Amino acid sequence: MAVTLVILVPLALAAAALAWPDARSRPWLLLAGAGAHAAGMVALWLRPEPPLAEGYLFLDAAGKVVLSTTSALFLATAVYAQGYLRRRPEKDNRVFVSGLLGLLAAMTVVGLAQHLGILWVAIELTTLATAPLIYFNRNARSLEAAWKYLLVSSLGIALALLGTFFIALSGAGPGGPRSLLVGALVEAGPGLSKPWVRAAFVFLLVGYGTKMGLAPLHSWKPDAYGEAPGILGALLAGGVTNVAFLSLARVFQVTRAAGEAAFACDALIGLGLLSMALAAVFMAGQRDFKRMLAYSSVEHMGILAIGLGLGGGAVAGAFYHVLNNGLAKGVLFLTAGNIHRAYGSKRVDEVRGASRRLPLSGPLFFAGFLAVTGTPPFSPFWSEFVILNGALGKGRYAVGGLFILFLAVVFVGMGATVLKVVQGDDRGAPERPGFADSWLTAGPPLALLASVLALGLWLPAPLAALFRSAAALMGGS
Amino acid sequence: MVLRAFFQVSLLLLAPPLLVGIVNRVKALFAGRRGPPLLQAYYDLAKLLRKGAVFSRTTTWVFRAGPAIGLAAVFLSGLLLPLGGERALVSFRGDFLLLAYLLALGRFFTALAALDTGSSFEGMGAAREVSFASIAEPALFLCFVVLARATGTLSLSGMLGAGLGAAWRESAPALLLAGIALFVVALAENARIPVDDPNTHLELTMIHEVMVLDHSGPDLALILYGASMKLFLFGAVVVRLALGGLPPASASLAGAAFLAGLGLFAAVVGVTESVMARLRLTRVPQMLVGASVLSTFALVLLLR
Amino acid sequence: MTSWIDMTFVLVVVVNLFLLASSRLGAVIRAVALQGALLSALALLLASPAHAVGHVLLVAGGALVIKAFFIPWLMFRAIREAAIRREVEPIVGFVPSLLLGGAGIALAFAFSRGLPLPAPEMHTFLVPTALSTVWTGLLLVVSRKKAVTQALGFLVLENGVFIFGLLLTDFMPVMVEAGVLLDLLAAVFVMGIVIFHINREFASLDTDALASLKD
Repeated sequence: MAVTLVILVPLALAAAALAWPDARSRPWLLLAGAGAHAAGMVALWLRPEPPLAEGYLFLDAAGKVVLSTTSALFLATAVYAQGYLRRRPEKDNRVFVSGLLGLLAAMTVVGLAQHLGILWVAIELTTLATAPLIYFNRNARSLEAAWKYLLVSSLGIALALLGTFFIALSGAGPGGPRSLLVGALVEAGPGLSKPWVRAAFVFLLVGYGTKMGLAPLHSWKPDAYGEAPGILGALLAGGVTNVAFLSLARVFQVTRAAGEAAFACDALIGLGLLSMALAAVFMAGQRDFKRMLAYSSVEHMGILAIGLGLGGGAVAGAFYHVLNNGLAKGVLFLTAGNIHRAYGSKRVDEVRGASRRLPLSGPLFFAGFLAVTGTPPFSPFWSEFVILNGALGKGRYAVGGLFILFLAVVFVGMGATVLKVVQGDDRGAPERPGFADSWLTAGPPLALLASVLALGLWLPAPLAALFRSAAALMGGS
Repeated sequence: MVLRAFFQVSLLLLAPPLLVGIVNRVKALFAGRRGPPLLQAYYDLAKLLRKGAVFSRTTTWVFRAGPAIGLAAVFLSGLLLPLGGERALVSFRGDFLLLAYLLALGRFFTALAALDTGSSFEGMGAAREVSFASIAEPALFLCFVVLARATGTLSLSGMLGAGLGAAWRESAPALLLAGIALFVVALAENARIPVDDPNTHLELTMIHEVMVLDHSGPDLALILYGASMKLFLFGAVVVRLALGGLPPASASLAGAAFLAGLGLFAAVVGVTESVMARLRLTRVPQMLVGASVLSTFALVLLLR
Repeated sequence: MTSWIDMTFVLVVVVNLFLLASSRLGAVIRAVALQGALLSALALLLASPAHAVGHVLLVAGGALVIKAFFIPWLMFRAIREAAIRREVEPIVGFVPSLLLGGAGIALAFAFSRGLPLPAPEMHTFLVPTALSTVWTGLLLVVSRKKAVTQALGFLVLENGVFIFGLLLTDFMPVMVEAGVLLDLLAAVFVMGIVIFHINREFASLDTDALASLKD
């Protein structure tokens, strides 16, 4: 019952948004959708439900982590959207509202999917739902960003479909499971044809890795995150990437069961380290603070991949990081959006003194930076610590060393840009009237930051248990 | 045996100008004209042999030797070819290499004779022709390799002989691709449209024509005759490859089919020349590389 | 019968090579349409008596209508709107593209040896053809500059995935096949709309114009 609530209500509201005549009241649909989704998630926490549709849809531990993060993030952005859309009455928000609600429905299906085919369809729908939204600002740059996003994501999705077919073939032999249900595939385990599983993992890593934004498949991210409005950036960086990570994790489940774990783990750690390295390099001297956030997202996807690939205790850390990263990115993107609107520019050489002009958003942007780079007492510090612990505990000192190195470089690079934006005097910087801080636009990031801080200070036991059981699915502990 | 040799050599000597006649007739028909008689090429050769030759003062013995060596090279290659499914007069393992290099020798001396005139114009033509040939040669070799792999032999008589029937039954797609590639190479080597226009009189568009511009009288006859023999050569290979899939028949029937196939080949060349336009010079390498890749694909199909 | 299927697979690969070498947009669109028709024929030829007739006809008919008619029609409209006839010199030139395509075909055949088919009666050309078509599509998307050719490259990639999907028609539900066609349709629709906007915004479909965002 609650499962249908979280999927069908946003979908129905998305359709309604297309037909809704009044532009001023349309954003309320976002709140309605967010509220229904949050209510459904709470119900699912309190009373878990059995699998739906012959086992195709079921909320297991991993899905619960991702969907809870998504739900919280969407709630925050829905509140933010009320203020944001009201201030931009010149833009038609029909496609925007409808697209966001469609995105929520699609992400929910990914979280619930236990069938690799349904998983793929839902990821495809997230791409299609978000591509028009990147074009919200209707200028040449956002068109370029939307085209690159659409092309690269579609490429990745097509390769992921090929990989899904490979997995189906791996189980198609005599006596095989002949199914794409994750449970059936994991059960068949060693009976799956190994060369097909290995080839499948490569294609699926490339495909879902493109959606995640792992290097070297991340070329669309700086453009898309840089040009998209803040809300969309938050949902992309904190929602869609997590959902893509979940898809990758499901594939990893099957690959592990087939006995190809060593190959898969090496690939994951390799790409993870590459992502962190690339992010570190490109963040230095970044001139556009929204593109900088995109590279931060690449870095954190690298961290997630490393956590999954290391195995053991690090996997629980990765799932913990899913939650932390999602919330922290929400803070960063929403406040960056506020700063962008207030100055009319995203360039670091033009924007300064944000903490003076925007007394809430500016310091929140700075606090978000501290959180996302893993500064204690914010919670990302703890999740990164668990992953690092896992690396050193397994004797992988090189991986651990590089991990710390890249984190440090990112901290320095990002810090330089953020401080330039936040500090200083805002006299002489370009101004846009009508975009001062309000509770609707600054409240949600504040709430998200507060939760990141709270999680860092005290992790509730049910959450810790949830991360561990999610990790257990993936072969961790 | 002697009779067979007699037939093959006389076919090689007498048939080529007829092929050129068929090509020109087909082109004329496409253009809506009646066209020259089929035997026109023979009349032209006879006329040229009766004429005197003019030699530029800047030329040396190379210029006089070029046409003769070219014709000799092509004739020798003709001896290596199995005409109509019979064994060739000269046949040994790896003779397809000799064939390719004899053709290259002929081309080399033609180009050398062109350079011997000392004119930069002929040099331009020689440069173009030789660069296209350098891309066409790998394609030609790849086609031969495909044939060799399909029939399991390394001599032309084996490749284009009786083993072809079995090869067609087993790997028809590969042989079809190789045939198409071979046809493209034939068009390139014989300076036909879409690579070069043999009827052009615009000097900047000439490739092969410009190399033979300075020859006159008997030398020009030798060159034209050699060119027609080269067309006959390639036609023989393509036709034999195409007909190889048919069930074996009596010798006379096979021979008649071969001759008919040659006529059809000439007609197809004529049609291609009438239907297509000349490619831009930068596109010719693309076409030839495409032919190479096609034959590589055919080889991959055979190797799997 | 087997030789017809062989021929069709070979033709699909030959069309791939043509796509890599051609610069005339009209010819490329027609070649992609031809490939779609070939795929539809493959869906019919590869169907064994065990499959539901209705399902087979649906897949083959859907592939024909969408890949061979509808999408090429959309593309022709796009180039008519933008008044372009030729691809500009791509990032990877035509000859290197051809060579890479040829190398891809050889590699696809080599890799397919390591991927044993579950049921031996499945056709041996299928996996290499599918993989080489995917590779061709990837090459086209990555190396071409006109947005229309990039979209066509994506279509070719989807064709490759579709060929592969034909292997699974006996035990995979209709959903998977429909998923491929749906994916195609939706993506191309959206791409078509974006192309329309690109043309309007930049007055050209040359993605060189889409190069202002960089680090």
